[in-house]
Amino acid sequence: MSNGKVLHPELLAPDDRDSIYRRGRRLDHAGGASQPLRASTLEKQPRGAKVHGNRPIDQAEAAARFIAAPEHEKMHDERLWDLRQKRDRQMHGIPEWEELRALASAIKEHTLTHLDDYLEEFETNARANGTHVHWARDAADHNRIVHDILRDHGARTLIKSKSMLTEECGFRAYMAAAGIEVIETDLGERIQQLDNEDPSHVVVPAVHKLRTDVAEVFARTIGTDPDNSDVHYLAESERESNRPLILAADAGMTGANFAVAETGTFVVCTNEGNADLSANVPKLHIASIGIEKVIPHLEHLAVFVRLLSRSALGSPITQYTSHFRGPREGGEMHIVLVDNGRSERLGLEEFWTSLKCIRCGACMNTCPVYRRSGGLSYGATYSGPIGLIIDPTFNARKYSNLPFSSTLNGSCSNVCPVKINIHEQIYAWRRELVKQHETPFVKKAAMKAAGELLSHPAAYRAAIATADFALAHLPRFVIYNGLNAWGKHREVPHPPKQTFHSWHQSNRGEKT
Amino acid sequence: MSSRDDILASIRANRPQLERSLPAVPLFDDPPPPSLLAAFKENLELMGGIFLDPPESGDVLAPVRAKIADAKVVCSTVPEIAGNRDIRAIAAPRELADVDFAIARASFAVAETGSVLFDDKDLQVNAVAYLAQHLIVLLDPADIVINLHHAYRRPEFRDRHYACFHSGPSATADIEGVLIHGAQGVRSLSLLPLARTSGASTAWAPAGPEQAERSEACPRPSHRDG
Amino acid sequence: MRIGLFVPCYIDAFFPEVGIATLELLERFGYDVVYPRAQTCCGQPMANSGFNADCADTEALFVRNFSGFDYIVAPSGSCVQHVRDNFDAIEQTDDVKRVRARTFEIVEFLHDIVKPDAFPWARFPHRIGLHNSCGTLRRLKHAAPSELREAPFSKPMDLLSKVAGIEFVVPARPDECCGFGGTFSVFEEVVSTKMGYDKVSDHARAGAEYIVSADTSCLMHQQGCAERIGVPLKFIHIAQILNGASA
Repeated sequence: MSNGKVLHPELLAPDDRDSIYRRGRRLDHAGGASQPLRASTLEKQPRGAKVHGNRPIDQAEAAARFIAAPEHEKMHDERLWDLRQKRDRQMHGIPEWEELRALASAIKEHTLTHLDDYLEEFETNARANGTHVHWARDAADHNRIVHDILRDHGARTLIKSKSMLTEECGFRAYMAAAGIEVIETDLGERIQQLDNEDPSHVVVPAVHKLRTDVAEVFARTIGTDPDNSDVHYLAESERESNRPLILAADAGMTGANFAVAETGTFVVCTNEGNADLSANVPKLHIASIGIEKVIPHLEHLAVFVRLLSRSALGSPITQYTSHFRGPREGGEMHIVLVDNGRSERLGLEEFWTSLKCIRCGACMNTCPVYRRSGGLSYGATYSGPIGLIIDPTFNARKYSNLPFSSTLNGSCSNVCPVKINIHEQIYAWRRELVKQHETPFVKKAAMKAAGELLSHPAAYRAAIATADFALAHLPRFVIYNGLNAWGKHREVPHPPKQTFHSWHQSNRGEKT
Repeated sequence: MSSRDDILASIRANRPQLERSLPAVPLFDDPPPPSLLAAFKENLELMGGIFLDPPESGDVLAPVRAKIADAKVVCSTVPEIAGNRDIRAIAAPRELADVDFAIARASFAVAETGSVLFDDKDLQVNAVAYLAQHLIVLLDPADIVINLHHAYRRPEFRDRHYACFHSGPSATADIEGVLIHGAQGVRSLSLLPLARTSGASTAWAPAGPEQAERSEACPRPSHRDG
Repeated sequence: MRIGLFVPCYIDAFFPEVGIATLELLERFGYDVVYPRAQTCCGQPMANSGFNADCADTEALFVRNFSGFDYIVAPSGSCVQHVRDNFDAIEQTDDVKRVRARTFEIVEFLHDIVKPDAFPWARFPHRIGLHNSCGTLRRLKHAAPSELREAPFSKPMDLLSKVAGIEFVVPARPDECCGFGGTFSVFEEVVSTKMGYDKVSDHARAGAEYIVSADTSCLMHQQGCAERIGVPLKFIHIAQILNGASA
């Protein structure tokens, strides 16, 4: 591998060796950072949540480890906040922005309330174009169907573009066991695949990694220089490493962002063009599509495409927006429509609108908890705010803590291009999980006690008096210890001389 | 019961019984930009594309010839300029792996996003626009539409099996937000505004007898793929 | 006009000066302000943890205490939002609905109902960083949040602009959550305090001397964080400034 080779040396400014400049302007399309973000020290990458079978994920523990890696946390937080700000700039440039959001939400809600009709229409039209359409009840069904298609064609190697649905289905692990080599072509996904780690973000899968982490992974797996963490060098190395695999692959697989019922078309949005490579180089193209991706008409694509990349990366559109309406001449195209719990979620009165999600990741970018915790701290395919409201439908026990990894600040709902009321659904899940008895015992007892205390004024008064007294008189080490979580990393409030209650008694006594 | 039956039955059982009507979608084209070409150029460049200023006089294709002067393999799908790799002779897409420059004419472009649209007729072998190291685009300025709402009314999305918006070159910022051109696909996308030569038009307008006649007269290259 | 004053539990216990300022401020505008002595809490900490059923008795007590007033005013956005939007563990009688609809937070009460032209008794010659808590910002709509494309407005800023001597400074992330989040502050305290450190550092970098908010819980959390990492900021409730506090 070449050492120190930079892709576009003539485009870099002397004081900003990372960035591409054109006509004096620093380019930041396709999610490029709008200002230099650079970690200064070598720090080991913090790993994600500890997963023990079905035990509830401890997101707080994993988040604490992420924060204990300050270079990673700072880079992650600033990178995603930058995407949020770029998204805001795009928003301000479009006077009809809020109207587009309302339209997107309405189109999705209409479609979901008529989902069976639109799926049948999509299937009819796709078949008429020469596309094969399969239906998969769940992850196992999906993996088996895809395996059958590959086996029928004697395919042993598969290149694929990014698909969260395939992550959901545990696709790579299944194929590995079946002896079929799967090669991720998206740079972020490939990094994660080579590192044997899940993607951390739905749009930028390796956003939690510093360039030094990527250098370590590539040195280990594709033979790059371990001391060279120049990003242009790393990206070029991966391009050259993947290219022969793309050219030799027996089959290609993509996901889909949208499926248009009217024409039997599905649409894939990428910045790298890797979906187009996966679909157009090998003869066989398989697309995994969640049933909730359907939209009625071509004209609706304009609404969603205008919102998607602006919300996700603060870029007006992805570099590639590919429309597949049928197989190419001499080629073969298969679609696998996947349910995997979606139709059931449709029946949840408070949560069905989470199916509107177009996987833009804007909620993750704006979430102050996500930015400081890293997506891997959630221990689930979907992290961040959207993860909090859909993961409990996959496994209520395992993800029972997630709805509490939120301050309910509501920023996510405001950036959601399809107006999912995410923070309200997070709140609703807390109620739901309590009802299903899926909360840790200690909270339940404490809450019951609190409810008792707060409904009895005399007992409440007595408790407050004690708290004030305790705060005013106990030595510092008693207050600040491991048991008192408030005081671990911040000072407790200064105890006042008297409560409002007693002040009022002294100063306004008669007025009650 | 098949998976298909199961899924449809589950949807019917769970579908919310709520009134949610389909909204009408406006075209959002008012006010239009003063110059579609200027708006397109601005956005093309913001997306990392290169706009080749047409020469004032002389050879209109000079900027393209300059770009490909040192190239080893040029694959052109347009009649205006010749390459040295004949796309009609390609049996399998991987044969295009060594192409330095691909040259193709876009069906149309979108001012709002700086995008050009290629369909399978424009590319002949779809993979050429992704395997080539660099892409050169010819675009007739008369083929620029205001925004995506207008774009999706075009017939390419109903007639063709493959249609793709290219908005600048292949790019990624997956590692620390550092912008890379040439992530997996082309390292650069350069665009020359050049009107279609008569007889080669695919400009869309409400069908009139003159239009139909012109389309008939233009020989379509055979579409072969491997 | 009779106003029932609701002083939330943590203000009663730790920040009585905020309750006092609210009471005095309302009296300055000539209202008859009554403080029902049997009040306790609105039940929000339990509701936010999903234990809505356990709130029923607390909610019933609240309604008993506060029925019969023209308005119920509290110096806490999160409590008011809880009462208006989530008080549903008890049967929704007419009385309950009336109490819920008439519960106001002090800033919105002053801005929307009182509409004062001036605060002639108030003077606060300091640089202030305004903190809109997420509840007051996005649910009570005190101001336009940065995520939405809408005409800018800010009720607290409108009120504070009428106070002599005030100078506003704006942090880099004006409406990012400070990390309090109720029980979040304890159950996810590492993330909570990191958010708090970032928030106070941001205000300090912008040159703030005081952080002003309508939400004492945010102030309490930010103060705890600032003191722990040695950021020299002072914290004050908006009611105190509007009531004429000097520092």
